[in-house]
Amino acid sequence: MALVLTEEQSMLRDSARGLISDKAPVSHLRHLRDSKDPTGFSKELWHSFAEMGFAGLLVPEEFGGSGLGFMEAGIVMKEIGRTLMPSPFLATSVVAASALSRGGNAAQKSEYLPKISNGSLLATLAIDEGAKHRPLQTSLQAVRAGNGFKLSGAKALVVDGHVADLLIVAARSVGSAGEREGLTLFLVNPKAKGVAIERTIMVDAHNAARIEFANVEVNADSVLGEVDQGAALLDGVLDIGRGAVAAEMVGLSDEVFGRTVEYLKNRKQFGKLIGEFQALQHRAAELYVDIEITRAATMKALQVLDADVAKAAAAVAVAKARAGTTATRAVQEGVQMHGGMGMTDQFDIGFFMKRARVCEELFGDANYHTEQLARARGY
Amino acid sequence: MSESKSSDTESAELETFRAETRAWLEANCPPEMRKPATSDADVFWGGRNAKFSSEPQRIWFERMRDKGWTVPDWPKEYGGGGLSAAEHKVLRAEMGRLGARPPLSSFGIWMLGPALLKYGNDAQKKEHLPKIAAGEIRWCQGYSEPNAGSDLASLQTRAESDGDDFIITGQKIWTSYANYADWIFCLVRTDPTAKKHDGISFILFDMASKGVSTKPILLISGYSPFCETFFDGVRVPKSHVVGQINRGWDVAKYLLQHERAMISGMGERGVGRPLGQIAADSVGTDAQGKLDDAMLRGKIATFDVDEAALAACAERAVDLAKAGQAHPAFSSAMKYYGTELNKRRYEILMSAGGVDALEWESERSRQGARPRAWLRTKANSIEGGTTEVMLGIVAKRILDLPGA
Repeated sequence: MALVLTEEQSMLRDSARGLISDKAPVSHLRHLRDSKDPTGFSKELWHSFAEMGFAGLLVPEEFGGSGLGFMEAGIVMKEIGRTLMPSPFLATSVVAASALSRGGNAAQKSEYLPKISNGSLLATLAIDEGAKHRPLQTSLQAVRAGNGFKLSGAKALVVDGHVADLLIVAARSVGSAGEREGLTLFLVNPKAKGVAIERTIMVDAHNAARIEFANVEVNADSVLGEVDQGAALLDGVLDIGRGAVAAEMVGLSDEVFGRTVEYLKNRKQFGKLIGEFQALQHRAAELYVDIEITRAATMKALQVLDADVAKAAAAVAVAKARAGTTATRAVQEGVQMHGGMGMTDQFDIGFFMKRARVCEELFGDANYHTEQLARARGY
Repeated sequence: MSESKSSDTESAELETFRAETRAWLEANCPPEMRKPATSDADVFWGGRNAKFSSEPQRIWFERMRDKGWTVPDWPKEYGGGGLSAAEHKVLRAEMGRLGARPPLSSFGIWMLGPALLKYGNDAQKKEHLPKIAAGEIRWCQGYSEPNAGSDLASLQTRAESDGDDFIITGQKIWTSYANYADWIFCLVRTDPTAKKHDGISFILFDMASKGVSTKPILLISGYSPFCETFFDGVRVPKSHVVGQINRGWDVAKYLLQHERAMISGMGERGVGRPLGQIAADSVGTDAQGKLDDAMLRGKIATFDVDEAALAACAERAVDLAKAGQAHPAFSSAMKYYGTELNKRRYEILMSAGGVDALEWESERSRQGARPRAWLRTKANSIEGGTTEVMLGIVAKRILDLPGA
């Protein structure tokens, strides 16, 4: 498989770009933020996403989805990254849909996947508990009670947590924090007794929530995958999410870089275009190369995920680590090269910086993934 | 439907090719050739005076040559393997899987060949390409001059017309292995009155010609891979010009793209074992098996991330080129990053080796192999166009930033 888009993939990109740039330019995010929109995204746009087959992009066709792969999901994420469009696509269509497709039993799949495909169900994974992404440190407790379990603990950075119709909660059913053994995923109704959801307004004006679970009762049918053996399922789902966020960061980096290069070609100081200054030319060129290398690493990760999710950890770690450092560099250079304008809220560049910071923390930052690679290589 | 069927057939054929290639390599690549060369003497460069450093090296070379796989994607009529882009990628992947080293290293393969395939006339292709493929002629590159380094187009070596010949006089520098080369591809000024890019020709001649002399340059590594090369009235037929007279800069630039791609490959070429393991041997590990130097461990891990990402980008660059979507200046981007990465690799190796990496002459240190290799890498970001020139090319030709 070549690391270039096929004709079908190019068409998918064009149709995603057409819709997103038309209906959700950066001003769309700005409006949602300034109006303190209670939903945090456009329901109308989400319906368009469903109609175009994007909501169920990864869902198998038998469940009403498009049955496409991670490379295609990455193409849509990249376009989302270009305009910073707030969308349930990541939490619902990529992460939750993958968790259900990969871990769900027949009943769970036929209950939830068609609703994801037609855009009527929003779902999300609740994983992080502390300040940093440490999946194995999960300590939200799942205690056996009668035929089911009782969940107690707290989750943070639950994307779309305040609007989700279904929570996929990572819990510790046995053992202690840090152990691989003893993790279980549960499907939880956010309206269940004992669930307290606090929408957290974030720096990037995208949706996130803190959720507390106080003796929340779930029955045995709510287990997604196997009891105590959820780590492998979780690894795969997280790697899929990481690949998708890396793609979003490539799109974000592309856009912020494109805007910055345009500015270098138009802004005059000292009687010339600032893009004539070699100090800026070389920094722009270095950033260009960084972005191209990260683009390739991200495509590679998505390609490897499509081949076999279980064998993609190293390629995904490389992509997410690179995407984090590259996007961070892109937004910093973007603000610096735009000078004072880059510091103003009126100018869009700051939105990219804020979103990049959140994407960096989502599913593990560059340090986390670099560390994972070192461990995998045994040094 | 018919379209997907034909692509299914295609991928089935490719899988057959993969299986056959894997089996052939398993059967024909000697075990000694399944690891990177450890010294320059261990690399086979071909040429009139070529000697094999070992029997496995000879066997491997001859078997690959007979299949046309010293130059797998060249046409068969010129001694190549005639492989398609997809087949070539499979062959590279299978050689990589086995750790098989290239059977023949050659500036003819990496640089001159592609330029001849594009700009050479029939007679030139028939004369030179098969000898490159078969490793019979070793080439060197006459580009840089003492006063024409980064500003290559200001070169002054003169070629004066004399009937059907040119008489060439001047000096080249940094000519890699000129002292071992049989022929040279050389940039000469054929019109001193034209603008600097418009009076240059690209010409081929035998290093045994009267008036050619070479003098190796001792480098900080203690090796002399580069030479000064002098031309004192060398007579060369005008038919040896590749492309049009005075249009040599086009050929030169095209060849430079290939040279830069070759040099950037140094950033992808490992040293046989992962850096983390090499470092663990000398630095040691803690109770959890982690490298006992947290800062060095972090540098290595970051290096590994970047190295893997660059490999993906190199793969994509080839795919883009085959798809006709590559920017012609992209090799400059890769050259910049690949060479800077290779310098990082050797800084890490020196740090990991500590005191042991400082020995220069002992048997134990294989005559200071590591520090000499470390010093050699410092040329990577200079030769074939400096990092600063590469960044300038990216800024102007790819980003279209306003030029000076």
